Amino acid sequence: MATSHQASGIEAGRLSASEIADNFGDLHPQYEAHEAAVAADRCYFCYDAPCMTACPTSIDIPQFIREIQAGHPESAAKTILEQNILGGMCARVCPTETLCEEACVREAAEGKPVEIGRLQRYATDTLMEKGVHPFGRAEATGKKVAIVGAGPAGLSAAHRLAMLGHDVVVYDAKSKAGGLNEFGIAAYKSTNDFAAKEVDWLLQIGGITMEYGKKLGAELSLDALKADYDAVFLSIGLAGVNALRADGEDKDGVRDAVDFIAELRQADDLTNLAVGRNVVVIGGGMTAVDAAVQSKLLGSENVTIAYRRGRDAMGASRFEQDLAATKGVKLMFNVQPVAIHGNGACAEIELEYTRSEGGTLTGTGETVRIAADQVYKAIGQTLEGQPGALALEGRKIKVDENGRTSVEGVWAGGDCASGGEDLTVTAVAEGRDAAMDIHASLMG
Amino acid sequence: MADLTADFLGIKSPNPFWLASAPPTDKEYNVRRAFEAGWGGVVWKTLGSEGPPVVNVNGPRYGAIWGADRRLLGLNNIELITDRPLEVNLEEITRVKKDYPDRAIIVSIMVPCEEQAWKDILPRVEATGADGIELNFGCPHGMAERGMGSAVGQVPEYIQMVTEWCKKYYSKPVIVKLTPNITDIRHPARAAKAGGADAVSLINTINSIVSVDLDAMAPEPTIGDKGTHGGYCGPAVKPIALNMVAEIARCPQTHGLPISAIGGVTTWRDAAEFMTMGAGNVQVCTAAMTYGFNVVKEMISGLNQWMDDKGYKTLDDFVGKAVPNVTDWQYLNLNYVAKAKISQDDCIKCGRCFAACEDTSHQAIAMSEDRVFTVKDDECVACNLCVNVCPVEGCITMEQVPAGQIDERTGKVVSDEYANWTTHPNNPSATAAE
Repeated sequence: MATSHQASGIEAGRLSASEIADNFGDLHPQYEAHEAAVAADRCYFCYDAPCMTACPTSIDIPQFIREIQAGHPESAAKTILEQNILGGMCARVCPTETLCEEACVREAAEGKPVEIGRLQRYATDTLMEKGVHPFGRAEATGKKVAIVGAGPAGLSAAHRLAMLGHDVVVYDAKSKAGGLNEFGIAAYKSTNDFAAKEVDWLLQIGGITMEYGKKLGAELSLDALKADYDAVFLSIGLAGVNALRADGEDKDGVRDAVDFIAELRQADDLTNLAVGRNVVVIGGGMTAVDAAVQSKLLGSENVTIAYRRGRDAMGASRFEQDLAATKGVKLMFNVQPVAIHGNGACAEIELEYTRSEGGTLTGTGETVRIAADQVYKAIGQTLEGQPGALALEGRKIKVDENGRTSVEGVWAGGDCASGGEDLTVTAVAEGRDAAMDIHASLMG
Repeated sequence: MADLTADFLGIKSPNPFWLASAPPTDKEYNVRRAFEAGWGGVVWKTLGSEGPPVVNVNGPRYGAIWGADRRLLGLNNIELITDRPLEVNLEEITRVKKDYPDRAIIVSIMVPCEEQAWKDILPRVEATGADGIELNFGCPHGMAERGMGSAVGQVPEYIQMVTEWCKKYYSKPVIVKLTPNITDIRHPARAAKAGGADAVSLINTINSIVSVDLDAMAPEPTIGDKGTHGGYCGPAVKPIALNMVAEIARCPQTHGLPISAIGGVTTWRDAAEFMTMGAGNVQVCTAAMTYGFNVVKEMISGLNQWMDDKGYKTLDDFVGKAVPNVTDWQYLNLNYVAKAKISQDDCIKCGRCFAACEDTSHQAIAMSEDRVFTVKDDECVACNLCVNVCPVEGCITMEQVPAGQIDERTGKVVSDEYANWTTHPNNPSATAAE
């Protein structure tokens, strides 16, 4: 007999395989051709379009939508990919509601923007499903570039450098490329193994060698890379996770949300994944929402996101908050964890209400206890394992507008580097722009 | 409730919406259902001479162009006149007219340009009890190659001759249907009037090729590997029809000649516009072909609503009301000055007005860093393009500059006197234009 929602503790198989399959279907299914035509037709082809300005990779959105509308999504895809080689994934994971679609004039006019993200996906999927890679390599330059970290920033930089004629070696500590695209986002945003397929498609450019299981500070050192290559690009992400600093944090059942998401993304069979009856996620960003929603989709009975500030301060967009609420996740605001109770394994979490006074958050002293078989920590990731020679800005590697670090010949981008939001699309832009600067510097 | 009863040439119908002679009126089964849906009248699909009926192609007969969401905007066809035997059609017309005495039934006819051919068919049509006939001088495809349809409609002398025969051998109203495939619609209209026509109906379809199959390298619709030109109709042709109706309505020689307007009528508004331009009723085809007979219900309710809103009790209260305001370009008041005005409250900052004005000609719209668009009165010629391209209805308006104020573009004081091109000092032929 299948385990039910009500089974206590942490159990697998709370839902049937078919329920799980339904739950983890595409969040925004791909358009049919006619749907795409109708959606494309809503675009006003704005002058100096605000959506384009709002896109971190500056995709010429009116142009690609017009290409879809005129019946050639393949050239629309090329328009997208010229600016953003991971346009397929960005179409799936970008918080478009706070980027291009928020800027869309039809959002201002009607509260119903052109569905730019889904149109982008229609274009890129059409091209990729044909197995077409529309870019070729320039004449070989004889230069070699090392990239550390095969996430969005690293892949974007690698592709651009390869396109410009350089030979690229991409190192990654894991056994697979993709970074957070592969390990870190909700499964319903990247169905059918899209992240891995996109990497394969990207590598069709040629000139990129992937080296897995190589970590900076272990198998790799910055000095050796600098010696062996003409340039180095670091896109090592944020490997550390912030601690809760609450009593009982070491109890069984308390875990980093990113680990849970990675396990889920790599699981062959989601029915084997054990989830608690009562799950509490601490945090307010996208990771918190991804962990909470997916727990619910796996059959947890009660899932709560506990965030220490008010709704407006939440890192997750209103769309993400509403998505969580729609899936049955309870959102609690202005509460912070003070203790995790339980005999060995966690059973309850004790939360204290907070208030914000002049920007400082203080506990009110009033607490509440809720049942928790699992507690996920999603209170932010931190830079870890960066070479000591690099200057930092805040808690990230300091870079200038071209991605140059304080060390000659070393560039950095993506979440590990200063500047920009921690988004896939921002990482792609930073990787691309650093690649252009590396190219200029190598060829100068 | 307004009274929608129409009296066209003495032919009464409960509303001014008739189905035009076309595929939807080809048989009894259809016409009965059309009447049940509420149509005021039908013009029966064109009858030919006795004997073996015409044969249609057995491939596609229609081609189309579409707007957003595949909304059909224009349709073209290469279908011929009825391909059913004359006797069958006449029997059906007789039966239907008997069962629907309050509805108008007009019989469309196309037979060769020989007096005997008309002399033969007209008494038989008269015997059906139908209310009148319409002479199909319009179809631009197929039949025209056999010397009929638009081949007749393009020669005013033939129109007059055939109309005269019809008036001679038929006692009820004769409506002459005009082809738009000519240079000046007034000539065939005058010929129809000279021949004694009781009314004209227009427009028939416009000669067209809607699209080319880029794989087959052939026009569409494609029959095997070839295509041909066909008759174009639907919402796309309305402006052409509206102008032709207006030309006839305002021409001194044809003014007052009853007009049954045809061409892209899709909603009540189209009908109201044609009627203010002088049409006594309208005929509809493409809307019914696209959406079915029930479209007439909206036309009825919409016209009713509008008439009630405006206080029009009968159709005569507004028929022809816009005709006096149609004039030649040379009589337009050159002292009328307007400027575009952009409502900042309504503006959604798409910048289409800016792009249009900047790239079309006048560079009269300014764009600020934060996307505020404003009209430069010293450059604006009030061309209206910004209004036309703005996606927000009512956001940009044309505001008249009152007399006495300075037009910033010309630096001159706006005059309240009427002055047109015939009196303008720049017109070297001012006197000749009179």
